[in-house]
Amino acid sequence: MTASMIAVENLRVRFGTQDVVKGVSFSVPRGGSFGMVGESGSGKSTILRAVSGLNADWTGRMEIDGVALMPKRGRAFFRRVQMVFQDPYGSLHPGQTIDRALSEPLLVHGIGDIETRILRALAEVALPSTVRFRFPHQLSGGQRQRVAIARALMAEPEVLLLDEPTSALDVSVQAEVLNLLSALQKSRNLTYVMVSHNLAVVAHLCPMIGVMQGGNLVETISAENLRAGRTQHAHTTELRALSVELEDPEEV
Amino acid sequence: MLVRMDNLRVGFRTPQGVSEAVRGVSLTVGQEKLGIVGESGSGKSLTARSILRLLPGSATVTADKLEFDGIDVLSAREGALRRIRGKRAGLIMQDPKYSLNPVMTAGAQIAEAWRAHKGGSRRQATKAAIDLLAQVRIRDPARVAGLYPHELSGGMGQRVMIAMMLAPDPELLIADEPTSALDATVQADILRLIEDLVAKRGMGLMLISHDLPLVSHFCDRVLVMYAGRVVEEVKAADLHRAKHPYTRGLLECLPSLVKPKPQLSVLKRDPAWSAPQ
Repeated sequence: MTASMIAVENLRVRFGTQDVVKGVSFSVPRGGSFGMVGESGSGKSTILRAVSGLNADWTGRMEIDGVALMPKRGRAFFRRVQMVFQDPYGSLHPGQTIDRALSEPLLVHGIGDIETRILRALAEVALPSTVRFRFPHQLSGGQRQRVAIARALMAEPEVLLLDEPTSALDVSVQAEVLNLLSALQKSRNLTYVMVSHNLAVVAHLCPMIGVMQGGNLVETISAENLRAGRTQHAHTTELRALSVELEDPEEV
Repeated sequence: MLVRMDNLRVGFRTPQGVSEAVRGVSLTVGQEKLGIVGESGSGKSLTARSILRLLPGSATVTADKLEFDGIDVLSAREGALRRIRGKRAGLIMQDPKYSLNPVMTAGAQIAEAWRAHKGGSRRQATKAAIDLLAQVRIRDPARVAGLYPHELSGGMGQRVMIAMMLAPDPELLIADEPTSALDATVQADILRLIEDLVAKRGMGLMLISHDLPLVSHFCDRVLVMYAGRVVEEVKAADLHRAKHPYTRGLLECLPSLVKPKPQLSVLKRDPAWSAPQ
C-alpha cells in the first residue's frame, strides 16, 4: 500500500464541442476501492472508459502502477486492467458458449493451460462446471454477471473497472455478486473502481467515494463520513438524503 | 372496488407442458395505493397486465373472478376492453425510450391519446396536451410539446408518458417499474408526482417494482410475490415487521448506507415457498 495503483490527474474528455469530464483527479491505493456516484450524464462512466482505454480521446495524466498511460494501449495494459459492464447480456456474445467467452482472453494473451484455468475460474465465481458449454441465454442474470466477472479475471488483472455491475440484477442476486466481489478482492488483492448510481452499494464496497456532477468531481468523501452525514457539497447531501429517506424514513 | 381478482393463473405452453407463471393470485384494488414487489420472474407484471388482458398471445389465463369495476375482463369482447384500456385504466411502462413513438412529437402523442378517448378537435387536443404537460410539472410545456422523444431526458420522457396516461382521466393507474430506468433524484420526483396526481384525482394506483423500500415508501399496502404467488401482504408502514422469510430475506440482503455490514446476507430459497398450498 505504498504508491497508488491508479492515479488520475486533471482528466478531461470532450465529445465534439461538449466537455463531458472537466478536469477530474483521484487516486486509488493498491488493493483499494474507489466508488463513483452521480446522475446519468455526470461523466462517471466516461471516466471509466477513458481509464480502460475504450476512449482514446482524452487529455490529462493517468497512471497505472506509476506508469503513465498513452491514448493507445498495448496488450500488456489489458492484461493488468479489465472491465465489467452493466448488462451481462449485452456484453456476452449470444452465439458463443461460456467456454468460448472465457477462453478468448487466454488466446489473446497467449496464456496456456486453458482447460484448468476455465474450470478454476468457474469455481472461483461459484458457478457449476456444467455452465461451461451453455450459451448466455441459458443462464440467469446473476449467473451471466458471474461469467462476465470470471472473463475479466481470466488474464489475471490487477485492476478491475466495474461499471454498474449490479444495477441490472435483483436485490437478492446483487447481494451475492457484491459478496463475490469483496471475496475476490481479498484473495487476489485487486484494485477496484466502481461506478454506480446506488449510494448504498458503493459505500458497501468502497471506503472512498467520489461524487460527480456535470463532469466535475464535486466531492471526494470517505464512506464513513458519508454514513455519518459529514458531507461538504450540496449535491452529496442531496444524494445521501434520498438514499437515507428510502432506507429508513424515520431517520431523516 | 375497482379490481377484484380471485385465483388468477397465467400459464405458457412449452414443449415440456404448461409452465405456470402466475399461480393463484387473489387481490382487490380500490381507491388506494397498492404496491406489488417481487424479483424478475415472480409474475408481478403478468398479474397487473391481466387486468387489461394485455398478455402475450401464447399465454393462457384463467381466474375464478377477474373484474374491473364489475366488468368481467376474461369474457369481455375486444370492444369492451378498449373502453377500459387507456380510458379507465392507464398503464405506465418502464422505459420511455421504448414506449414513446420516436417519429411523433410529445405533444402530438398526448393529443392523439386525448382525442382517441374524448373526441374533440385537433386544436382542443393540442391545448389539452399542453395543459397535461403543465400538470406533470414540465416548466415550458408549449416548447416540450414540440420536441421528439430523442430530444427529451429520461425523466421528461417519463413525464410525457404519464401525461399521456392521464389524458383520458383514468380511474386506475398501473405503473410497471415506472422509475427503474431513471436516476435516484429523478426517481423521487416522478414518484412524488404520481403520488400527488393519484391523490388529487382520486385514482387507484398499482405500483409494480422490485424495489421493496421504494414501494413501501409510496404505497399504502404491499403484496410480496414469489414464484407466481403472493407470499405476504403487509401494510407499508409495518414493513419492518414483515414475517415471511422471503420478505425478510429481501430486506436483509440490501446494502445499507446508515448501517454498514461487513458481509451481506444472502437469500436462502426454501422450496416450500413455491410449493403448492
